[in-house]
Amino acid sequence: MKSLKIILNGLIKENPTFVLLLGMCPTLGTTSSAINGMSMGLATTFVLICSNIVISLIKNLVPDKVRIPCYVVVIAAFVSVLQMCMEAYVPAIYETLGLFIPLIVVNCIVLGRAEAFAAKNNAWYSALDGIGIGLGFTFALTLLGAMRELLGTGKVFSLTLFPENYGALVFVLAPGAFIALGYLIAIVNKMRKA
Amino acid sequence: MVVVLTLISLIAAGILGAVYTVTAEPIQQAKTAKQQAAIQQVLTTFNRLETDTVNNLPVHRAYQDDNFAGAAVEASSNGFGGEIKIMVGFDPQGNIIDYAVLQQAETPGLGTKIVDWFKTDKNNQSIKGKNPGKNNLTVSKDGGEVDAITAATISSRAFLEALQSAYQAYAGNDEATNATTGATSLQPDTTAVDSLNIQLTDSINAIIE
Repeated sequence: MKSLKIILNGLIKENPTFVLLLGMCPTLGTTSSAINGMSMGLATTFVLICSNIVISLIKNLVPDKVRIPCYVVVIAAFVSVLQMCMEAYVPAIYETLGLFIPLIVVNCIVLGRAEAFAAKNNAWYSALDGIGIGLGFTFALTLLGAMRELLGTGKVFSLTLFPENYGALVFVLAPGAFIALGYLIAIVNKMRKA
Repeated sequence: MVVVLTLISLIAAGILGAVYTVTAEPIQQAKTAKQQAAIQQVLTTFNRLETDTVNNLPVHRAYQDDNFAGAAVEASSNGFGGEIKIMVGFDPQGNIIDYAVLQQAETPGLGTKIVDWFKTDKNNQSIKGKNPGKNNLTVSKDGGEVDAITAATISSRAFLEALQSAYQAYAGNDEATNATTGATSLQPDTTAVDSLNIQLTDSINAIIE
């Protein structure tokens, strides 16, 4: 029962993008298309799950004063592992995400969950929290990416819904990311209150 | 405190080293496969390949039996978001057969269009079949005859710049092989001068306005 609650917590109640407003940099930067948003979300999910598990396991060994550097080393290690694996086995996705993969290290969601959840709970619950928050992040990024891709180019997941000429180019650019995100947050807030 | 941090760093370093050893080969393979695929894509039929370096650019010269069948040249330039690396295929006359983008970090949805914009046959987008020695392959804003990507002029310029240096390497190579004729390659780099002129007049116009 508690397990389900932890997952749902990350997906809806504490959705990192729509509710906590964490990790805005990759959110705005990578969501120019639905597939980019989804790959970024899944990459972050992987790092979140792994780092949450490891940090909850070592939390009693790490002295309080150096806990942040220790967490960062753990997170950075997983990000580098992910980066090398992606470059080796899925070079196409690696190329589109490029710069944003190493930036997962400084994504405040990952360190935030390590500090707020993994450092206080056991490995099993921490893994679930990683899954929940990660999926919430992926969901938000995919939604935002799909919205921007649709409004900007008339496509979703490269599937044409209306001709590209009717798209508003601004949604592919950075300002469009802010506009789209603003409206999505407004809608989510409205739904949460209703 | 120090011990714990050192220990964690050591373990992390160990894991990274292990993963690096495992993935180094697939990464290299993926890169080589991409390069080979690009050569195949930008050239017509050939059965022998010779690679040498001209102006520090790798030139892959292709031969069908003993006949020169064209060359694929790798070139790069600085785009809007980082290095753009392309592979351009020229036929023996110096006309562009096709090109492939090997590496780019342009803005998704805008500059990333360089991947297929310049081979789409629409208005003056396509550079296929054109000869950088005869055609002025710069963007129309700079007085050239190529349509730049909408909202990505810098990426388009960078791409065409790389294309020019690829052609220079290709033509320089040509000069070495037929030193007696050499006429095709002995053209001064007028395109660069032209575009500089246009930029100058542009900025003068801007000041006057």
